[in-house]
Order: sequence, then C-alpha cells, then structure tokens
Amino acid sequence: MPVAASAIYFLNLRGDVLINRLYRDDVGGNMVDAFRMHIMQTKELGTCPVRQIGGCSFFYMRISNVYIVIVVSSNANVACAFKFVVEAVSLFKSYFGGSFDEDAIRNNFVLIYELLDEIMDFGYPQNLSPEILKLYITQEGVRSPFSSKPSDKPVPNATLQVTGAVGWRREGLVYKKNEVFLDIVESVNLLMSSKGSVLRCDVTGKILMKCFLSGMPDLKLGLNDKIGLEKESQIKSRPIKSGKTIELDDVTFHQCVNLTRFNSEKTVSFVPPDGEFELMKYRITEGVNLPFRVLPTIKELGRTRMEVNVKVKSVFGPKMFALGVVIKVPVPKQTAKTNFQVSTGRAKYNAAIDCLVWKIRKFPGQTEPTMSADVELISTMGEKKSWTRPPIQMEFQVPMFTASGLRVRFLKVWEKSGYNTVEWVRYITKAGSYEIRC
Amino acid sequence: MSGHDSKYFSTTKKGEIPELKEELNSQYKDKRKDAVKKVIAAMTVGKDVSSLFTDVVNCMQTENLELKKLVYLYLINYAKSQPDLAILAVNTFVKDSQDPNPLIRALAVRTMGCIRVDKITEYLCDPLQRCLKDDDPYVRKTAAICVAKLYDINAELVEDRGFLESLKDLISDNNPMVVANAVAALAEIQENSSRPIFEITSHTLSKLLTALNECTEWGQVFILDALSKYKAADAREAENIVERVTPRLQHANCAVVLSAVKMILQQMELITSTDVVRNLCKKMAPPLVTLLSAEPEIQYVALRNINLIVQRRPTILAHEIKVFFCKYNDPIYVKMEKLEIMIKLASDRNIDQVLLEFKEYATEVDVDFVRKAVRAIGRCAIKLERAAERCISVLLELIKIKVNYVVQEAIIVIKDIFRRYPNTYESIIATLCESLDTLDEPEAKASMIWIIGEYAERIDNADELLESFLESFPEEPSQVQLQLLTATVKLFLKKPTEGPQQMIQVVLNNATIETDNPDLRDRAYIYWRLLSTDPEAAKDVVLAEKPVITDDSNQLDPSLLDELLANIATLSSVYHKPPDAFVTRVKTTVQRTEDDDYPDGSESGYAESSSHVADGVTSPQASSSSVPAAARQADPAPAPAPVPDLLGDLIGLDNSAIVPVDQPSEPAGPPLPVVLPASTGQGLQISAQLTRRDGQIFYSLLFENNSQVALDGFMIQFNKNSFGLAAAGPLQVPQLQPGASAGTLLPMVLFQNLSTGPPNSLLQVAVKNNQQPVWYFNDKIPLIAFFTEDGKMERTSFLETWRSLPDSNEVSKDFPGAVVSNVEMTLDRMAASNLFFIAKRKHANQDVFYFSAAIPRGVPFLIELTLVVGVPGVKCAIKTPSPEMAPLFFEALETILKI
Repeated sequence: MPVAASAIYFLNLRGDVLINRLYRDDVGGNMVDAFRMHIMQTKELGTCPVRQIGGCSFFYMRISNVYIVIVVSSNANVACAFKFVVEAVSLFKSYFGGSFDEDAIRNNFVLIYELLDEIMDFGYPQNLSPEILKLYITQEGVRSPFSSKPSDKPVPNATLQVTGAVGWRREGLVYKKNEVFLDIVESVNLLMSSKGSVLRCDVTGKILMKCFLSGMPDLKLGLNDKIGLEKESQIKSRPIKSGKTIELDDVTFHQCVNLTRFNSEKTVSFVPPDGEFELMKYRITEGVNLPFRVLPTIKELGRTRMEVNVKVKSVFGPKMFALGVVIKVPVPKQTAKTNFQVSTGRAKYNAAIDCLVWKIRKFPGQTEPTMSADVELISTMGEKKSWTRPPIQMEFQVPMFTASGLRVRFLKVWEKSGYNTVEWVRYITKAGSYEIRC
Repeated sequence: MSGHDSKYFSTTKKGEIPELKEELNSQYKDKRKDAVKKVIAAMTVGKDVSSLFTDVVNCMQTENLELKKLVYLYLINYAKSQPDLAILAVNTFVKDSQDPNPLIRALAVRTMGCIRVDKITEYLCDPLQRCLKDDDPYVRKTAAICVAKLYDINAELVEDRGFLESLKDLISDNNPMVVANAVAALAEIQENSSRPIFEITSHTLSKLLTALNECTEWGQVFILDALSKYKAADAREAENIVERVTPRLQHANCAVVLSAVKMILQQMELITSTDVVRNLCKKMAPPLVTLLSAEPEIQYVALRNINLIVQRRPTILAHEIKVFFCKYNDPIYVKMEKLEIMIKLASDRNIDQVLLEFKEYATEVDVDFVRKAVRAIGRCAIKLERAAERCISVLLELIKIKVNYVVQEAIIVIKDIFRRYPNTYESIIATLCESLDTLDEPEAKASMIWIIGEYAERIDNADELLESFLESFPEEPSQVQLQLLTATVKLFLKKPTEGPQQMIQVVLNNATIETDNPDLRDRAYIYWRLLSTDPEAAKDVVLAEKPVITDDSNQLDPSLLDELLANIATLSSVYHKPPDAFVTRVKTTVQRTEDDDYPDGSESGYAESSSHVADGVTSPQASSSSVPAAARQADPAPAPAPVPDLLGDLIGLDNSAIVPVDQPSEPAGPPLPVVLPASTGQGLQISAQLTRRDGQIFYSLLFENNSQVALDGFMIQFNKNSFGLAAAGPLQVPQLQPGASAGTLLPMVLFQNLSTGPPNSLLQVAVKNNQQPVWYFNDKIPLIAFFTEDGKMERTSFLETWRSLPDSNEVSKDFPGAVVSNVEMTLDRMAASNLFFIAKRKHANQDVFYFSAAIPRGVPFLIELTLVVGVPGVKCAIKTPSPEMAPLFFEALETILKI
C-alpha cells in the first residue's frame, strides 16, 4: 500500500509539538507521547530511524532543531514516507526563504497547515512542487487566484497545472533576456588506506540549473558520456570524435526529464521548471581524477610525544587553484601542547574536535606544501587501550575542475517563438567524504 | 517571505476563551481572521478550544480562502467531539462543493471526507458523486481519494451508491494524476475487502503502464505498487512489462526506484532467458547503489531492502561490495546494515579487502559496532572455507590488542569456527587461554569453557583452568553453569584421574542440591545417572561427534523471503517481517519472527476483532450473554486506535479479563479524585480511588457523562502493576444518558497480573464503552488499602522479628510538617487503617511509638514513630523484609498523619 503516513508531527528538541496533522483515523491522537517516552527520552534516539511501538510504527528524521515524525499503523511505504519528508522540507524552505527550523515553523504555522493539507491527502503524497503550489498557496490568502472578486488577477488554469503532464512549469512565462545557468557540482568521495592504496573512490555529481526562459521551451543536453556519444554516432553514422569519454555508472533525473526517451535515444530532453532545480545526479567510479594526494606520517615517540608530518600534493593543472582547503588530522584527547611548522597556510590545534586543523585559503595546482607538528601528550596511566585513530579528513573546492572529466557538449533550447538564449556553464569539484586513514 | 505567525501563540492569560469568543464574533474581517489563527495556535499547542465550535463555524461562510481553510482545519479536529454541532457546517460544505472555483470545490470534498461523523457522511454522498464527474481534474483527483476515505468510514455506503464504478471509470481518465489517485484508492479498498473489486487485467495493466510516463513521481509509486501484484501470464508478457518499467530506475525519487525494483523482481521470477535476467541484474545494480548517497534514513531503508535482494539475487551486487564499506561518520544504524550486507557479499575473491575493512572497524569507538565487526570476521570464516585461516589470523591479531570486549567477542566466534572446522585450528587454543582472566561476559565465558571441555585432552592444564571457574560456580549465570557442568563431565571422561574426579563431585553437588534452576538440575542428574550406570555409554553420549554447523544465522526462510520481496519499500521489508506480524488491522494469525521487541501490541484483542466492522454478523444482543467481551467488539463502534506498548500488556491479555457492564449498582459515598477529566474524555469524566472495605479491596468509581450522547457497554481493564491488581468481577455501570452519572464499587483481586521491576504505585487503567475510543488514565495505588486486618503482632514476636531483620532492611524518613496533637485520636486513626499499636516508650523528651502492620502475602511492617506531642516533626523508621516498599509505605503514613 503506497500510503506514506497516518499522521505527521513536527517536534522541537524537547519534544513539544510545533505542528501536527492527522491524515487517517487509524492512529490515536496521543502518539507523540509514545514517541517521546520510547524514543526521545531513551538511548534509542538516533539508533534506528524506523521503530515499532505497540501497534504503530514511527519514522523520524531530524532536520536542524526539528524532529519530523511520521506515524503509521499499516504496512506503509517507508521509502515514500522519508522521501515525502525530504521533499516537504525543501518545499517549506522555498516558502520560508531558505531556512527550516523551530522558529520558521512557529512563524509560518498557518501556511504550513495549509501546505500540509495540500501536499498529502489521506496519507497519499500529492503534488509537492513549489513552482506550482506557489501559484495558489500564497502567504496572503486574498491573493488567491480564484477569489470570486473580479478585481483579483486570476490564474485560470492553476488546477490544470497542478494535475497536468507538465506539473512543474506554469504557462505564460515571459523573460526579456532568456538565460540558462548550468552548474556542474561534483563531490569526490575517497577512502584511502594508510598505505596509500585507494579503498573506495567515487564521484557523485549533480547538474544544477537555473532557467529564466520564456514560454514552454524544450531543452536537450549533451554530455561527453560514453553511452550518449555512442548512440549519437550510431544515429549520425559518424565515428566518435577522439577525446575523453566518461562512463556514468548511474544517472537519475529530475521528474521533468523524459525517461522513456532517455532509455531509447539516450538523450536528455526536458521541459525545465522555472528558476532553480536539480536536473540530474550521476555517479562515477572509474577513472576519477583525484585533485589531492595526502601523504601522512605519524610517529608515536613514547607515551607522551607524537610527530605528525603531512604532505598534500595538488594534482590538477598549474593554472588552476583550490579554495578553502582544510585538512583535519586527528590527535589523541590527551593532547597538551602542539608546535607547528607549515610551508603555507595556517595550522592550529582545535581541542573541541581533537584535531590539528590546517587551513590553506588558496592552493595552486601542482604544488606540495607540508605541515609538521610536534604533539605533546599528557601521560595517562590507566589507559590500556591504544588510541583508535580516526581518519584524516579534507575539505576543498576546486573551481573549473571536474574530478570525473565530465563536460557539457551542448545545450539546445527550442521554443516555438524561436528566441535566442544565453547559456552559462560552470564547473566545481568539492570534497565529499575525503578520508585518509592513518 | 518569512511570516510572523508566532505572535498568535502568545495570548493574554486572563479569560482567554471569552476573549477569543468575542473576537470571533467581531464585525471586522481581519479581526475574525486573526482570532481564528489564535484558535488554531491554541489547538496546536494542545489547548482545548472545542467550546468555541459554534463561533468558529460561523466564520466559515467567507470569501477568504485562507480563513476558510483554517476553519476547515478546526472542523477536522473537533467535529468528532461535537457531532451535533458539526451539522451546522454541512450547508456550507454542500454549497462550497458547487462553488465556481475548483479549488474550493475540491477543498470542500476533501475536508468532508476527513470529518468522520456519521451524519456528515450522509451529506457527503451527493457532492462526492458530482465531484467524481467534475470538469476540473483537480476536483476529480481529490474526489478519487475521498472515495477511499468514505470506504474507511462506511464501506456499505460506497458500494450501495455505486462509487466503486465511478472510481473504476476514473482509471481511464485523460488526466494522469486522476488516474494515479484512483488507482491508489482502488488498491486500498481492495486491500480491505474480501470481494474482488480491483482486479488488474492485462488491458488495465497496459493502460496504466502508459500513464506511468506522465504521472507525478508519487503517482508513479501508486501505480507501480498496485501493479506489482499483477501476475504475468508467461515469460514473454513478463519481459514486456519489465521493459516498460526499467526506465523508472533512473528516477531521482527513491520511492519510484524501489517500487520499480519490486516490480521487476516479481516479473523476473517468470523470465526464463538467462540473458535477459543477467541484463536486468546489471541494470538494477547502479540505481540501488545510488540510493546509498541519499539521506541516511533513506539509506537505511535501502540497505534493509538490499539485504533481501542479495539473498534472492546475489549476482546483482556481487561486484559492488566496496560501496558498502562504512564511512567513518555514517550513522550507526547505517554502519550496522552495511556490515550485514558485506558479510552476505563476501566471497573468496574479495575477502582480503573485506577483512582489512573489518579489522579497521574493530578499532573504532562504538562498542556495538566493534562487536559486530568482530563477529562478522567469524561469520566470514564459517562461510568461506578457503578464507577461514586468514580470518582466524585477523581474529588473533585483534585478541592481541587486548581490548576487553574485542577479546570476548573473538572467543565467541572462534568457538563457532571450531564447530565448523573440527580438528583444524586447535593450535590457537594456547593464545586464547592467555585471555582467560579478562572474560566477564557470560557468553564469552561459556564459549571459553566449552572450548576447554571440548579439547580437554589437548590442554595440559585443562583441569586447573576449569577449577578456577568452579570456585564461583554458584554465582555464575545459568548459561555459564551449564557449560561448566558439561565441560567438567567431558574432562572427567577424557582424563578420569583424581583431580577431575573431585571436581565432578563438586559440580554435580552444586548443580543438583544447591541450585533451583531446573534445567541445570535435570542435566546434572542425567550426567550423574549416565556416569554411575555406564561410563562407556556416557562417553558415547557426551563425547559424540557434533554435526558441523553452517552460517545460516541471518538467512531468511525462502517463503518468507518471497513475501518480503513482494513488499519492497514498505515497512515489512524494513522489519523483515510479514505485514500481518505487525499490522493489527489485518485479521490473521500472528506470526512471530526473531527479535520481536513488542510482541504484545501486535495481537491486541481490541484491534483484531474490530477490523472488519461490516462483516459483523452476530447481533450484539444475541451475543452479549454468551461471549460477552469478544462479541461486543463487533458492535459498529469506531475501531479503537492501536496503542503504544505502555499498555501493550493490558490489551494483550485474554478477552475473558475484559468485563462487560450489565447491571446497575449503588453509587459510592465520598467525593473521589478525578482521574479522567471531561476535557480529555470527550465529555466522559471518571473519578476513582482504591479503598478497603470489610477486609476487601474495591475500586470505587464514578462515571459522569457530560457528552451529547448516551454511553453504554462500559468495560474496564488494568495494566500489569506492582501488586497485580485486577478486577474480580464485571464493572457494573448502567447506560448513561447525557448529563447522568453513576458510581460503582468494583471488587479487586491481587497478584493477578504482576509487573516486574521495583514496586511503584502506578496503576494504569483503560476504560471503554460502545460510543467512544478507549480511554487510558493513570491512578495511584495507595498502600493504605492493602494493610490487612491480621497485621497485629504480639510484643514478643515483634521484638523477635525486629531483631531478626538485618539493619539493611531498616528505612527511615522524616515528616517535618506532620504534627501529632492528640495521641488517642492518632492511634485510633492508625488502627482504623490496620496499623496496630504495640508499645510506647519515652526517650529524652520524645515519645517513641511502635506499630505493626502487614500487607497480603504476609509481608510485615514494623514501625517506629518518634515525635514530641504537639510539635511539628515526626520521624518514622520501618523494618520490613521488603524495604523496597518503604516509599509507598511512607506515602500511606503521610496521608494518615495529615488527616
């Protein structure tokens, strides 16, 4: 049964109900008490997001300082429920101007009630796309498009759009300047053993779009991925141009992309929503260009001293540079004193997270700065267990670089009025979980 | 565009409700709107604003959509408690359902469906009929869901009025969202009905698969879930279906992906071509892996499902083991599930890599995770014969770190490895023995002892090792005792020398005479008899070759796996239990599976019998005399909602304990404390107290009906409590007309349903009637009611008892506020409560009084009160064999002294 929820509660960290909505009659009204008593006030909190208490099941997520709890008593679709919560939160964020927390909920409770009524009916998720909902659910009720007062400006086909095939775009948009911004954002995830061998490495990328286009445009996107290129050369019976092709392990698309067409023709074609959205996500495991190599040597000199040497090598082009590079080297809790030498950037000991933190604001390609640190420890007598070393973690951003090598080959825009569009493309690679065991 | 609604939460304390009432009736629109917002705010924080019902409903007739929505929201919440007033809203609803604005038409129908009041339901039918044929798809898609709502309230009505046919027509609607909602509604109705209502033919199937392309993401989930029940006729049709569903794997919505996977896996069972199957497996892997980059909660759901999928089709993810490696900051529940899947995917090809990972995890911080990692190494050793040696060497390395819990876990798994590969790795026993003294957990100890006994002939000092455990034999947990017994017998059979002979005497003596554990005693007697009659036979029995074990600990039974795979993405697939094991509304026998944490809630007598209300064939009158409790549930009362397990014990009891109400009885005298206020009980107020009369305990109850309807069929039920209090007979309350009240004395018995844990005075009570949901409230058990009439002691026996009890059984407490001004009166009062005066003595300027009392099962209380007459401050010391009762006793004493 695709029912996702019988009731939904928004609680603050103390367990007070901020807002709640019962969708079905099969759960009682005092379900939060059970959640508070059996999950919030016990060690259970955070051990498992799906729990059964008595005849009811609870799914919960924490988002900033709010717990969102879904209660069901049937064999509900959990995947659907969690996805609904995620989508609902992003919907609320888009209404509240980006923030979602206890205060935002209190300040917008009327609106949230209204949205909760609209986005789910009897436990079945309905249309959650902010683009369409904003057409008829507004902060000011009087602005309703269907108000029978003739002075109001009506949007006569709002209901058609909610239920229509292109449920994510409204008609009749006009822009003076037609522009499309394309951001390719990649996160590199790396897990490297202490001996320098790559245990796991993948890139999760997403293509974010910002569209300011008039009318109902049809877009087609071409990437340098292998399958797409092969298919294209088949159709045009032309050999593949030389150059790097990328093998995408998996691609998922925004609901605007025609999946059947992607499956048969391997082209990404879509009618975009207006404004900002995430067009696609992909994952690559083969042929990842790691932007950084980290070479740590950590020596424990007796019980009270440690010597930490870290060399970081940037392996992208010399004309490029990385921004906001942070390298966190964990040290034992009983660290007393640290002494640093760095060839660039600044390093300090952060006791709150038990790490040596080395920050480099601007990090050019093909360089290899080093940090060495002497760490003095308070000698502890009782500690029998040796120190468990968490991995070194790294944060960075490299603009105009893709770890996967993915490039946008073309972005075509068709609209019946035949206007010209300006396309902007940016690339950036960030650190996902970039961990080096030491 | 952030709002400032928080101001509605702050209200002036003084006369809040009258103030709101005034504002709601204001002539200014804005003021009315603000007032409704304040009402909603009050409702949100849990205040009872039902008294404003009429005033709020008066605001319903408005042009303002936002205000209308707020009023509707209020109606959904309170209509049930004010069913008669809810009728006031009907006119507006009907009018709104014909409004020119489709949003308002839909809103009216949607809201009416949420108001579960019978009288409103009648009026819903006509508007619903119209809306199902509305020109606007938005109205139709709302009406489609509304049919499912109505079916839930009154299934007959839906069938009689032909709504099912209209709903089926909507499957062919030209709007994809209408189709999706109609499918969802039909699928739900089918699930709750025994008649065939929504059967998917190959024609509807193909139509729905076409609609799939145009639906919203959620609509795709509805359709895929409904279609996953379709059984294809042959392999060709299955292939066809799969081909049309596969593109869904690329969807960004995890629910769509999982539902598509479910459908593909179902159809794959029919596909015979290995090429097609291989190809499909290849296609399913990447989307499944991608789910692991979603939010951790979604990852968890995905991992639980992947666990099932790899049990059926291991090839899908055979090459993807790396994606299940744990990240350092994965939440613990994700790590645990990843580990489980890593074990399932471990093979001779990747075991080296996997072992390195496990070793890494074994040094992490979270103890449970570390233990699971160590155990995982052992399970790999058992699963992969060729890798066993490598696994063992990793375990030995870990043992050398000497982290206590790692060592213990390692020993537990090594025992299993010995069972799997007998006579292969015994050389490591010496290393294990080094850690002997660090073992403090029963399971590890038991495992180690098993190893010593099993290999006694190879361990030179086996007798010494066992002897060191024997000293503490009586204190060990039974698991360890059993192993010690067996190991000693094995040792004796293998080395029948003097040392073991003495040991076996000690053990058998300990395990037969000095224990009260029947398992241990029986096993010891069997050994004893075997040894004394025929030592050779004993050898054959005790030292027999053991069957080799395999690692099937986490494999599910194939038929269960089938059922779970058909439920991918649902709760069932997360719990790894069939739906009827945890869904109380389904009427089937409850099937238990492992780690069932809350077994009681799943078979609650209430919910099971109340499910298919429409099917209830027996008339209430006919059945009330013969099978009172169970049959009464068939009354068309609203199905009580399932309750969380705090009262799980209560509803888990057999039905005969629920006592119906048949005859009236006399009302009780003094005012009783209110335990269920009318505001919580939808107008029903209950006052109650435990009292003692003529040597018997009664629960004195007073019911007051302040609601609008007559209430009857009262029943009462007590949860497990420290004194095992339960009703000794039926609760006798007549039908209560609105405004009427009735009192009753319910005789109680003790020691019926005892709860475990330290004693406390909490008494959890549930009361139900035929009109309302079950009410739960907490009452306090006053110990006063338990002091028995035979608690008087003779002076000599008092002194003896006082001396015989150790000082640790003495508890004392000061009552600084209590004053005894008249000794005679106080003594009388205490005697009336069965606290008997024994003696009095002077100590300095203070008077010391001694009393005795007893509670059932002969637990005596010896009481010493130290006080100065007329001066505040009483010191009380008591001695009793059950000092844990002291807090309850002091509570009782305080009531007596204060009166």
